[in-house]
Amino acid sequence: MATDHSRIAARFMISPAVLLLLGWMIVPLSMTLYFSFLDYNLLSPGMEEWIGFMNYEYFLTDPAFFAALGNTFLLVAGVLVITITGGVALALLLDQPMWGQGIVRILVIAPFFVMPTVSALVWKNMFMNPVNGLFAHAAKAMGLAPFDFFAHAPLFSIIMIVAWQWLPFATLILLTVLQSLDKEQLEAAKMDGARKMSRFVHIILPHMSRAITVVILIQTIFLLSIFAEILVTTNGGPGYASTNITYLVYAQSLLQFDVGGGSAGGIVAVVLANIVAIFLMRMIGKNLEA
Amino acid sequence: MGSITLENVTKSFGDVEVIPPLNLEINEGEFVVFVGPSGCGKSTLLRLIAGLEDVSSGSIAIDREDATSIRPARRGLAMVFQSYALYPHMSVRKNIAFPLKMAGLEQADIDKKVDAAANILNLSDYIDRKPGQLSGGQRQRVAIGRAIVREPKAFLFDEPLSNLDAALRVNMRLEISELHQDLKTTMVYVTHDQVEAMTMADKIVVLRAGVIEQVGSPLELYRKPANKFVAGFIGSPNMNFLSGEAAQKHGAHTIGVRPEHLACSRESGMWKGTVGVAEHLGSDTFLYVTLNDGSNFTVRSDGNVDLNHGDTVYLSAEPENIYRFDENEQAIG
Ligand SMILES: Nc1ncnc2c1ncn2[C@@H]1O[C@H](COP(=O)(O)OP(=O)(O)O)[C@@H](O)[C@H]1O
Ligand SMILES: [Mg+2]
Repeated sequence: MATDHSRIAARFMISPAVLLLLGWMIVPLSMTLYFSFLDYNLLSPGMEEWIGFMNYEYFLTDPAFFAALGNTFLLVAGVLVITITGGVALALLLDQPMWGQGIVRILVIAPFFVMPTVSALVWKNMFMNPVNGLFAHAAKAMGLAPFDFFAHAPLFSIIMIVAWQWLPFATLILLTVLQSLDKEQLEAAKMDGARKMSRFVHIILPHMSRAITVVILIQTIFLLSIFAEILVTTNGGPGYASTNITYLVYAQSLLQFDVGGGSAGGIVAVVLANIVAIFLMRMIGKNLEA
Repeated sequence: MGSITLENVTKSFGDVEVIPPLNLEINEGEFVVFVGPSGCGKSTLLRLIAGLEDVSSGSIAIDREDATSIRPARRGLAMVFQSYALYPHMSVRKNIAFPLKMAGLEQADIDKKVDAAANILNLSDYIDRKPGQLSGGQRQRVAIGRAIVREPKAFLFDEPLSNLDAALRVNMRLEISELHQDLKTTMVYVTHDQVEAMTMADKIVVLRAGVIEQVGSPLELYRKPANKFVAGFIGSPNMNFLSGEAAQKHGAHTIGVRPEHLACSRESGMWKGTVGVAEHLGSDTFLYVTLNDGSNFTVRSDGNVDLNHGDTVYLSAEPENIYRFDENEQAIG
């Protein structure tokens, strides 16, 4: 693919796909952009009128927006920290030769196949329920008062649920990478006097760093738009304690029937996601070059 | 400093015994080469000495002190791997410095030693590059540099030249030999290439299926092979063998003659045959001769021989250059 000729041919060949993707993106984006400048409420149809940046002003000055922004950040960061550290630890464990390795690996991957709504409901009703949940029973057995997770630590609970879903993904990718590490490198490090911890820090972790950045990138893309888990557990509450930007846009446009305000929120979310994406791409680019 | 003694060492992987009980003495300052066909257990033996594998039974002593259950780093040995095993994310400098850093040396000391090693190995120009940006020969040197900075009691090399092209291999062979002259440290070197063994070793250990067939200096092995296997393995091109009637004439089950000990003539000789291929190299001529009884002989003669495909030729050898083996393949006399 080095000659000018083949490069031009390649561009020509992929252009239909690029154009299709562009159209797919441009049409809904421009409609959303258009709605965001309208006073458009589903309760009063046919009354749309141009109101300029009013929707944005309302959305950005709403205290709920700042709460949601903070929650979005906490949710993404919390899940990333848990899944990356947990994923590295689990990958190291699963890489050890042990009895029943195949079964254990399948069990570890399993949560990834459970639908978000289902897993959130299982957690809500079977684990975290203050009356019937497993955690409540465990607390009572130890003579403690059961903890009402969704009332007192709603965001934390959602972080736990989402982390549980994404841990297998991180583990799977990191395990694959770990297995591709040249064993002679580890043996050389052993000969060079590196103990277990030094081998981990100086050899294994650098080897995994690229994969870790890829996991961070992919997970961030999905975690920014977490929605189902919030809808079926806390509905964003109490108050705005577990509302993220995605959920706020939903609440605005569908619970308050305010399509204009919701669209403005959507555009704000797109801008924020792109800022995050730029940072991530920089980080990945730097890591992939080396 | 740097003697290694193996006593009744065995190694099994599961039910498979790769090394049956084995005794070996490696003296201080010696360049010892383990040579043998692929899969005969050379690497396994080296890894047992390094401590990367545990012995199944027996003991290993380094400098007369039992080292059988000491972990690799504490044995004071340095190893150069076949794949070089450089750390890909570290620069050449960091690679070489790694063992010193692990040993907890002061940064100033580390820098001094790394610079000295880089100088010896001509690596100073590449010191800030990553291994991925180096050629095979340069990587090899970094691996050696990482080994010498530790000032080990002995160096262990596992087929270090097998990933290099032919010309570079000859160069690196010389460099490693020179390094041994300079450092005078014990070196244990594994190879399947008998030319490397012959050119570098003070002492060659010939292995077959985990068993030591013979130990000796290169010329001892060349002149007095203990059995047919060693005779066939050492020397290039390989020794020619004849069995049956021709061998019985010499009172042996099999006889062997090295290609360089065969004389050819158009008129008369011990064995009659036909030239198949003649390779004229200028300095030497290699003749591939099919004898009348069907066996193939390689002949190495001087460059003036004027024999070509299809010519009839008579081969003969001096009696002292005919090696005799009994039915158990052991040398006679
Ligand atoms: N970790 C291992 N598990 C099982 N068998 C092994 C292992 N390492 C080596 N072997 C076996 O031991 C024999 C000797 O191997 P090796 O020492 O690598 O040979 P060489 O280096 O002489 O080519 C081979 O038959 C190989 O299959
Ligand atoms: Mg080997």
